[in-house]
Amino acid sequence: MFALGLIGVLVRRNIIFILISLEVMLNAAGLAFVVAGARWGQADGQVMFIFILVMAAAEVSVGLALVLRLYHQFKSLDADAASEMRG
Amino acid sequence: MEAVFYLAAAVAVVGTVVALTRLNAVHALLYLIVSLLGVAVVFYVMGAPFVAALEVIVYAGAIMVLFIFVVMMLNLGERATEIERTWLRPGMFIGPGVLAVILIGELVYLLAGTCGQNSAAGMVGPRDVGIALFGPYLIGVELASMLLLGGLVGAYHLGWGRPEAAGTESRHDIRADESRAVAGGDLVRAGADRGAGAP
Repeated sequence: MFALGLIGVLVRRNIIFILISLEVMLNAAGLAFVVAGARWGQADGQVMFIFILVMAAAEVSVGLALVLRLYHQFKSLDADAASEMRG
Repeated sequence: MEAVFYLAAAVAVVGTVVALTRLNAVHALLYLIVSLLGVAVVFYVMGAPFVAALEVIVYAGAIMVLFIFVVMMLNLGERATEIERTWLRPGMFIGPGVLAVILIGELVYLLAGTCGQNSAAGMVGPRDVGIALFGPYLIGVELASMLLLGGLVGAYHLGWGRPEAAGTESRHDIRADESRAVAGGDLVRAGADRGAGAP
């Protein structure tokens, strides 16, 4: 699933799909943590999954706010449009 | 148990593949929700019911609501209603519906089969998670709360319209309020989860 998310990030040019792919990658990392925690019967894996969840929530809120600003700026959801950005 | 695990994993992977190959954002979100539910069933099978509940509530609930808000906001236009009419054709619900029915069948099978003997291999309940979370990982909890505060302030700042863009100011304000409210919902929800995880 991590590989799928990585391919999604690399292939798609729509910003919404890039964010979805990031979610998939974070989810895969959390899945690996929980599997490892269940394998050894420890609670640490689930604790790390909760942290990943919190990070994903913060990341997606900021990312979607950025998407809204970018859409108002460029009237497009193409990630290549943002490469003309000048500081 | 093994068959249920592999079936749920297959549903999750298929949902992810289909979600990332859709051309339409809303269809992709439907399949992504199915994929997240499949991952939640995998968690439940592996003896982590607390994390499974968190996955459904936070991922399939809060984060997907954020995505759907943004997708719907970006499609505000004069053609919005006919676009939605084409999106909501009944045929679009067949694929996610079939996968979700598979998952519900698995869940019913699990709940009916293991209600008597509740001894899955490597079962880690919410109590252990809470103890670990507030014992050795207390500094992590504090850092997570600070990260959430930073995300809240950042989303609010980015959602706020520019002062010189007076024409679209009111719409910017509405969007900023919405994004702030949703981000605040995440914050409150994560805090409630932490509170519920306390022994």
